[in-house]
Amino acid sequence: MKLLYFAWVRERIGRPDEEVELPADVTTVSELLAWLKGRGPEYEYALAEPKAVRVAIDRVHVQRDRSLAGAHEVALFPPMTGG
Amino acid sequence: MAAATRILVQRGDFDIAAEVARLKALDRDAGAIVTFTGVCRGEHGTLAALELEHYPGMAEAEIERIASEAAGRWPLSGITVIHRFGRMAPGDNIVLVATASTHRQAAFEAASFLMDFMKVSAPFWKKQHRPGDKPEWVAPNGADDAAQDRWRK
Repeated sequence: MKLLYFAWVRERIGRPDEEVELPADVTTVSELLAWLKGRGPEYEYALAEPKAVRVAIDRVHVQRDRSLAGAHEVALFPPMTGG
Repeated sequence: MAAATRILVQRGDFDIAAEVARLKALDRDAGAIVTFTGVCRGEHGTLAALELEHYPGMAEAEIERIASEAAGRWPLSGITVIHRFGRMAPGDNIVLVATASTHRQAAFEAASFLMDFMKVSAPFWKKQHRPGDKPEWVAPNGADDAAQDRWRK
């Protein structure tokens, strides 16, 4: 699965994207965030306030309880400030 | 008639007059064209530049979804949205929303709806550069969420 990071999530994690192999027990968005947080201090820093991070699966906004089944591209980013 | 949508996410500037002419050419019965231009603020001289990051692919898709929602709510002949990314100086254009309809009410309301939804759901992020300070990401503004909420029925 491809993970994409934007804005301060990208800066804190220190990379714009990466490919990951998820453990079998990581099946939802909230489980993915919890798993990522355990990958190192930079992830812990980026995800310290999980509520401040928004998630999109295959370019569509999703909630925390969404299943990751069939997902190709999961993006993590802060609340949007465009316009 | 179905609304013709034109969605562009680009680094370069846009030409408002040319976009209005395009909407007129689409439909000679469009008696109302509303344009909104979002401009980089100078913040009383304290802002040197604004940097806009976006999620390529999703930015276009999300604006497309918002435009199709607007087209379902109001009788529009055309919707144009152009959102820029990259570095902008005070006074530079950031975003253009233009709507065309037979009557003004639909064009005004649809343009306002499009902006309110783009603010909170189109994947763009602003970073402010101020002289002598380190660059800072703009925090989301609660007023934008409230503006979006008023469209819920």
